[in-house]
Amino acid sequence: MTTQATTMPTGKREYKGLMAWLTTVDHKRIGILYIIASVFFMLVGGIEALIMRTQLAQSNLKLVNPELYNQLFTMHGTTMVFLVIMPFLAGLGNYIVPLMIGARDMAYPRINALGVWLLILGGIFMNLSFMLGGAPDAGWFGYAPLSSIRTAGNPYGMDFWALGLQILGISSISAAVNFVVTILWMRAPGMKMNRLPLFVWTTLVTAFLILFAMPSIAAALILLFFDRNFGTFFFNAAQGGDPLLWQHLFWFFGHPEVYIMILPAMGIVSEILPVFSRKPLFGYAAIAYSSVAIGFIGFTVWAHHMFAVGLPPAINAAFSFASMIVAVPTAIKIFNWIATIWGGSVNLKAPMYYAVGFIALFVIGGLTGIYLAAVPVDFQLTDTYFVVGHLHYVLFGGSIFAIFGGIYYWFPKMTGKLLNDRTGVWQFWLQFIGMNLTFFPMHLLGILGMPRRIYTYAGDLGWDTLNLVQTIGAYLIAVSVAVFLWNVYVSLKNGEKASDDPWDADTLEWATSSPPPAHNFDSVPPVNSTRPLWDVKHAGVKWDKRAESAHLPNPSYMPFVLAFGLTVVMFGLIYNPIISLAGLVIFVAGFAGWVVEPVG
Amino acid sequence: MHRSNDFKFILPAMGALAVLLLAGCSPDSPTWLNPASPNAAKATDLFNLIFLISVATFVLVEGLLLYSVIRFRRKSTDEMPTQIHGNTRLEIAWTVAPALVLLVVFGFTWQTLNELETMPTGGVKVKVVGSQWWWHVEYPDLGVVTANEIHVPVNQPVTFSLEGKDVIHSFWVPELGGKRDLVPGKVNTTWFRPTKIGTFRGACAEFCGSAHANMRFTVVVQSQDDFNKWVAAQKQDAAAPVSDLAKQGEQEFVKGVCVACHTIGGTAAKGTVGPNLTHFAARKTFGGGIIENNTENLKAWLKNPQALKPGNIMVIPKLTDTQVNALVEYLNGLK
Repeated sequence: MTTQATTMPTGKREYKGLMAWLTTVDHKRIGILYIIASVFFMLVGGIEALIMRTQLAQSNLKLVNPELYNQLFTMHGTTMVFLVIMPFLAGLGNYIVPLMIGARDMAYPRINALGVWLLILGGIFMNLSFMLGGAPDAGWFGYAPLSSIRTAGNPYGMDFWALGLQILGISSISAAVNFVVTILWMRAPGMKMNRLPLFVWTTLVTAFLILFAMPSIAAALILLFFDRNFGTFFFNAAQGGDPLLWQHLFWFFGHPEVYIMILPAMGIVSEILPVFSRKPLFGYAAIAYSSVAIGFIGFTVWAHHMFAVGLPPAINAAFSFASMIVAVPTAIKIFNWIATIWGGSVNLKAPMYYAVGFIALFVIGGLTGIYLAAVPVDFQLTDTYFVVGHLHYVLFGGSIFAIFGGIYYWFPKMTGKLLNDRTGVWQFWLQFIGMNLTFFPMHLLGILGMPRRIYTYAGDLGWDTLNLVQTIGAYLIAVSVAVFLWNVYVSLKNGEKASDDPWDADTLEWATSSPPPAHNFDSVPPVNSTRPLWDVKHAGVKWDKRAESAHLPNPSYMPFVLAFGLTVVMFGLIYNPIISLAGLVIFVAGFAGWVVEPVG
Repeated sequence: MHRSNDFKFILPAMGALAVLLLAGCSPDSPTWLNPASPNAAKATDLFNLIFLISVATFVLVEGLLLYSVIRFRRKSTDEMPTQIHGNTRLEIAWTVAPALVLLVVFGFTWQTLNELETMPTGGVKVKVVGSQWWWHVEYPDLGVVTANEIHVPVNQPVTFSLEGKDVIHSFWVPELGGKRDLVPGKVNTTWFRPTKIGTFRGACAEFCGSAHANMRFTVVVQSQDDFNKWVAAQKQDAAAPVSDLAKQGEQEFVKGVCVACHTIGGTAAKGTVGPNLTHFAARKTFGGGIIENNTENLKAWLKNPQALKPGNIMVIPKLTDTQVNALVEYLNGLK
C-alpha cells in the first residue's frame, strides 16, 4: 500500500530549507516542531532536576543557594508541564490525529502554526529569565501573595512566569480549538464518532478541558501581573484581597490540567495495547465514555489541593468524595487494558514495554492518590514529598512513559526509520528502574516528615539514605534519556527502513506511506469499524486506491510574525512600554498580512 | 465508633509493616507513624486502612498485568487470538467494585474528619503567627509571648489560632496532628491533645520563600507542673543583667538597631517585627528553630546571620568582637 510520491498541487508558493519549516502550515511538520521543542525542553527540565537531586543527595550540601534552588524547582515544574508534556501531546496529536481520521490537514493550518511558534517563543521567553535577573521562584503553582509581592533579589522572575504562561496558554487554546473543529468536522467518510481511535477521543476531551480550564488561569495570571506591577491587591489580604482566590482560580485550571496531561497519554496506550496484543481494545465504548466522564468530574475536584487551607469540613468532605469518584473511570480503563492484553498474542516490542510500564506505574500513582483524597491523611501528607512522589508516578510513570511508548510506536511513521528495538528495551528498563528508585522513596520521605520544596535538610532527621537513593535513581533516568537520544541519532542515520505498516496496526495513519506525503493520503480506506486497516487486511474490505484530488494551503510566515510580535509585547510589559509598542506593530503587521495573503 | 474499633483490630499488623519498612531507614524522623496524640493517631488509622486496600489492589492489578503479559506472549508470528470486543458483565463488575471500595474509604474519611474538626472546649489556647521565616507564639490567656518553641501540658487539649503575617505558611507537627495553613487575612484553627511527654519537631510545610527550609519549630510537651513553672517564668520581665559585660550588652541592645524589631520585657526594646527575646536563653534553639542555642552559634549569628540561615531578613550592622561578646553575655542571661 505504498503511496506514489505524486506531485499534488501544494499551493502557489514553495520554500526550501529552514524557511520551509518557518513557514510551514503542514500539520506533520508542525507536529515534529512541537515534538523537537518538547524533547529540548525535557533536557532543560531534566538538568534542573539533576541539579536539585544533587543538592539533596545528602543533608546540608551547598551546591546551590536557596534562591537558585527555588528557581530550579519552579522552572522544573513549569517546564515539564507546559513545555514538555503538553506540547509533546499537542505535537503528537497534530501529527497523528488528522491521519487517524483520514483528513488532509488540521482545520486551521495557520492557527496551527501560530500555536507551535507561540509555544517555542514562550518557552524561550520564560527561560531567558535565568539570564535576566532571575527565573520564576514561587513554585509551579505560584501561590499568592508569595508570587504577587515583588522581591528585590529577583524582581522580574514571576513577571516572566505570568506573561510566559499567558503566551503558552494562548498557544494551548489555539491548538485546542483546532483539534475540536478538526475532529468534529474533518473525519473521513464512515469515521463516525463511535469509530474514532481512542487517541482521537482523548485528544478531543483534552481539547475541551483546555478550552474550559485555561481561561481560569489566564484570568488569575492577569490579576497576578496587575498586583505585581500596577499596585492592585487582588491577593493582598492587608488591603482587602484574598490569597485563597489565587488558589481557587489556579486549581480550577490546575486539576483539569492533570487530565490534560494524562488523557492523551491514556489514548496512546489504548492505541498500542491492541496492536501489540493483536486484539481489539476491550470495552472501546467504556474507555471512551470514561474519558468523557473524567473530563466532567475532573472539574469538580480542585479543592483537594487545598484541604489544609481551612475550608469548612463539609466542603472538604464534598471535594474528597468527588476525588474518590474520579478514580472510578480510571479504574475502568486499567481493567479494560489488562483485558485487552488477556488472551491476546503479546508482541513484546519497545512500544509495548512502555505501554505496560505505563499501566504498572500509573496504578501506583492512582493508589497513592486515594491517600491524598482522604482529608485527614492529606492533612499529614500534603506539601510533603509524598505528593511529589505521587505526582511523578502519574506524570512520569504515566505521561512520560506513554510519550516514549508513542515515540517508539510512531517514529517509523514520522521518519520512515524504525528505532532500534533492543536499545529501546534497554532504555525502558533503565528508565523503569531509575524512576522507581527516584520517586518511590519520595513517598516514604513524605511519611517520615520531609516537606517538599526545601533546598536542604538537617542530618538528624533520618532522611539521608532515602535521598541518596533518589539521587542515584535520577542519574539512572538521565542515562536512559541519553540512550534514547543515541537511539534516535543512530536510527535516523542507519536505522532499519520502515514499511507503511511495520506493526501490523489497525488505524488509518498506517494506510499511507512512512513518512506520509504532504497531502497525507492518495486515497483513504473505507471506514466500517474502529479498525479500518484491520478490516482491509483481515476482513476482506475492499480499498479503492485510486488517488483523489487534494488541495493544500500556501505556506505562510505570518503565524511566526504574529507569535514573535506577541512575545516582544510581553518583553515590553516587563521592561519598557516602548518595546511593547514595537511588538504591537509587528503583531499588527503579522495580523494584517495574515488577513490579506492568498491562502492558496 | 464500634466499627472503627473493629478495623483497628486488623490494622496494627499492616501499620506495623509500614513502620517496619520505615524504621530501618529512620528511627529519628518526625513521623505520624509514631503518633503522640489521638489527633495524629486517627489519621494514622485511616492511613493504615487505605494502606491495606491499596496493597491488596496493587498485588491484584500488577499480578493480573504481569500474568497476562507473560502468559499470552506471542509464540509464533501468525497466531491469531480470538477477537473479543468486551464483556458487559465483567465491565459492570469492575466499575462497581472500585466504586464500593472508595465509598467505604470515603465513609471512614468523613467520620475521621468530623472527629478531628470538632474543636474541644477549654484547654490551653495558643496563638501562632507565621512570618518569613519564624513563628510568633502567644498564650493570650496566660500573658506569655515567645517564639519558635511551643510549650504545652500533657493530656490537655491545646487549641491553636493560626495567622499568616506576610505570605502563606503551614503549621505542622507530624506526631501531634496534621497541617493547617496560616493564611494572611484569615484566622484558622486547629487542635491536638498530646498524650506523650517529650519534644516534637514541627516545620513550615507551605513553600514561603528563600528560607522556607529553615522555618522549623518545636513543641515541648510537659507535665502540668513543669508547664505551670514554665508559664510562671515566662511571665516575668527579663532578668536584669548582672555582670558588667552583660550590662554593656544590654546597652548595645537597647541603643542599637535591635529594638526596631525585638522586644525584651521590662526594657526599652519593644519591636514586634522579629521574635520576642525576653526569655531567649530559656529556648533550646533560635533562628526559626534551626540553630542550637549556644554561645558559639550566637556569636556566629550576630557576626553574619546570612551564613547560618541564608535569606533571613535580620538587619544587623557590622559588630566588633567586643560588641558581639557583650550582646551574647546579655542574651545568655535572659533565662
